[in-house]
Amino acid sequence: MKDLSRRAFLGRSALIGCSAAASPLFTPVSFAAAPWDTRLVVIVLRGGMDGLDVVQPYGDPLLAGMRPTLKPGPANGAADLDGFFALHPSLAPLMPLWAAGELAFMQAVSTPYREKRSHFEGQDLLEAGTADAMAARDGWLNRMLQLMPGVEAQTAYAIGHGDMRILDGRAPVADWTPEAELSLSPQTQRLAESIMEEDPAFHAALSEALILSDGNLEIPPLDEAEEGGMMMGMADNGARPRRPGREEEIAGFAADMLRGPARVASFSINGWDTHYNQGRTLPQALERLARTILTLRARTGTQVWNKTAVVAVTEFGRTARENGTKGTDHGTGGTMLMAGGAIRGGRVYGDWPGLDEADLYNRRDLMPTRDIRAPIGWLMHGLTGLSRSEIEATVFPGLDMGSDPRILG
Amino acid sequence: MFSSELAEIRFGCGLSPDIEPSASREALLSGLVAADVMADKYPISPFSAFAAETSADRSAVEEYREQNKLDRGDPDYREKRRKLLRAMIMADADRCIQTMRRWTGTDQGFRERLVFFWADHFTAFPKAGLLQYGAPGYVEEAIRPNMTGRFEDLLIAAVTHPVMLLYLDQVRSAGPGSAAATKRPERNFGVNENLAREVLELHTLGVDGRYSQDDVRQLARLLTGLSTDRNGVFQFRTAYVEPGPKTVLGRTYGGDDQVESIHAALRDLARHPDTARHVAWKLATHFVSDTPETGLVDHVAARYEETGGDLMAVYTAMIEHPASWDPVFRNVKPAADFVGSACRALAVPAAAFDRMELRDVRQSFLGPMREMGQTWQRPNGPDGWPEEDIAWITPQSLAVRLGWAMAAPRRLLDDLPDPRRFAESALGTLLPPRVEFAAKAAEQRHEAIGLVLASPAFQRR
Repeated sequence: MKDLSRRAFLGRSALIGCSAAASPLFTPVSFAAAPWDTRLVVIVLRGGMDGLDVVQPYGDPLLAGMRPTLKPGPANGAADLDGFFALHPSLAPLMPLWAAGELAFMQAVSTPYREKRSHFEGQDLLEAGTADAMAARDGWLNRMLQLMPGVEAQTAYAIGHGDMRILDGRAPVADWTPEAELSLSPQTQRLAESIMEEDPAFHAALSEALILSDGNLEIPPLDEAEEGGMMMGMADNGARPRRPGREEEIAGFAADMLRGPARVASFSINGWDTHYNQGRTLPQALERLARTILTLRARTGTQVWNKTAVVAVTEFGRTARENGTKGTDHGTGGTMLMAGGAIRGGRVYGDWPGLDEADLYNRRDLMPTRDIRAPIGWLMHGLTGLSRSEIEATVFPGLDMGSDPRILG
Repeated sequence: MFSSELAEIRFGCGLSPDIEPSASREALLSGLVAADVMADKYPISPFSAFAAETSADRSAVEEYREQNKLDRGDPDYREKRRKLLRAMIMADADRCIQTMRRWTGTDQGFRERLVFFWADHFTAFPKAGLLQYGAPGYVEEAIRPNMTGRFEDLLIAAVTHPVMLLYLDQVRSAGPGSAAATKRPERNFGVNENLAREVLELHTLGVDGRYSQDDVRQLARLLTGLSTDRNGVFQFRTAYVEPGPKTVLGRTYGGDDQVESIHAALRDLARHPDTARHVAWKLATHFVSDTPETGLVDHVAARYEETGGDLMAVYTAMIEHPASWDPVFRNVKPAADFVGSACRALAVPAAAFDRMELRDVRQSFLGPMREMGQTWQRPNGPDGWPEEDIAWITPQSLAVRLGWAMAAPRRLLDDLPDPRRFAESALGTLLPPRVEFAAKAAEQRHEAIGLVLASPAFQRR
């Protein structure tokens, strides 16, 4: 068993040839040397999440009239958060986190993207972290890593089969998706190792792929009582036990890595483009998001979860008014979700712009009152110790982070 | 030293059991100027035809809605829209299959490789709406017919193509002194520098080239007017043109014929010595090694300069240089090249491609290629797919390649070939003893085939 451990394998492959040594993938990992101790998970919600249906400003008297069939507010089953906002019923499983101060939202945020409302461009800008997506080749999460000392390949994971431009760039990043999992017969595995052996780069990648596939990682096991405790906290919501889905696989893998060498993980959740029948389509996406966060919480365990900040961001919000097909169309101002033990939760952050026609952006969308990069920048500052000027110069070039919303606990 | 196997693997689409590799350097090159057999046999609509058809289909759906006085939420109308989108997605999958057929059946493999190379050098795709499936048509129209003339003609064809103008936000770029900006100040017209910047940084001089931010600004002003209409048809909008002369790299442009001025600037950029060096380096990197010998790059760049960017002469210079025939394979095939060369090694028959439904294309090609890190027609940025080998042999990518190599051949072929013979035809005399042994020792036929395809010997070139 010991021979198959990640450290033994990586240590070994680092000794093979100079072409292997030149690659960031083959740097030996030592957990003790992990560069910093907090964890940052960035979830990209692709498709444009309707923030006004997720964190419903039911205290605004105009909301109900703008959304006749979506029926917001506690009267329609949403959980009241603070007397003004209410949480969509499909996120009810997260209410214990809200109560524990591990869940927060920020309303009326957006990237600098305006007008054209294209998913592709919106996501590109969200992940580039710049004012003009074409001006950057890399993603902001990678630029953060570029500033951190001691970053190695396993410090950050891009998970799932989607392209995570957010982690593209010069700093080494590992990637994995559950679909890649190998299940080879012992004979085939031996032969595969034999044909790769003469090519160090291939051999190292294969060895690591086999380790990732087996789940045979040198990661401290999660204390069963601890995990049980985290799960129990969740069981009160009446959620039925179900077979683990893809989101649990991805979140579970992320949590395992975060308990081990990883400090950063990023992946996507799709399905937010709710033009039609939002009442039916949005809950599916929200349930996936809830399961993802609960899995992250349960699988990281109390100790790591307490050092973790999860942020879920989307390329744009949606129109304030419902459209003719019981859905909403691409908009501007949106909502960011934050979770984790490191978060000062139990509150909705942000400056509420109001829903009066004159207060809307282009008289149709929620007006963004803050650049989404600003709170992320402050979060990053608190988690990694990067200075405000480094973040404004390099991670989000040209951004003015403004005042600190003090999101961290 | 030249070997026809090496030629087919390094400069072509890999070995095929059915197709003779190029017998000489001359044959490798002459294939490029012979009739384009694959384009005729497995056609892909050029972008102009694709765009016209797309706008006609879209108008038909909208007319139907108007004639029947339906609102946008009407189920009937929505169903028609859904069907149109579905048809677009299926046609896109079909273009992926056409590409695989070309890789499988060509005896001009160098041509297909150059198509991928130049399409990547000039990465572009429409970013939104139904036109977003138009990238293959752009390559078919702007790249494929222009690869054997002068680089400047290829440059002009790509840079002024509607898809490039859409991709790099040129279509709404208008000078501050233009008629449009002066008459309609409320519309916030302005110059967008994306295209100008990429022309200098990626398409011509290269990021280390001798140009300044001021050259970017001036070129951006010169490019104003290049635009498209809403259906993706090229349109030169004189109202967007920034008046006055513009000076790029010390030369002044801006005569009465505005399009001709733009072309003149692009021709000058194409003939710049830094462009010669950049293009030579890119070719050597793509075809030979991530760290090509300086001698090879010098040789190709010199020929480029001597001939004013005659691409056939440039390719000849690369092919004749001894460094191009290093028997050690240094590069790793990107995902699409890996999958394409595997189809070729397997000699996937026409009937197998014919019977593929959308879900089969997703299962066998689009899904695995995405998980290998190369989403079909969607590179992450204008710099295209990574050239570095390391990007393609991550644990994830390698695992997906191995899984694909075991599973896909069974779906693509009715009968799997004899593994030992397959190993010999896929790798020829370059077959490493360990791969030969694995083909023999695997317990099941599909595992043997998979091991051959997943071997570093097959994945490198």
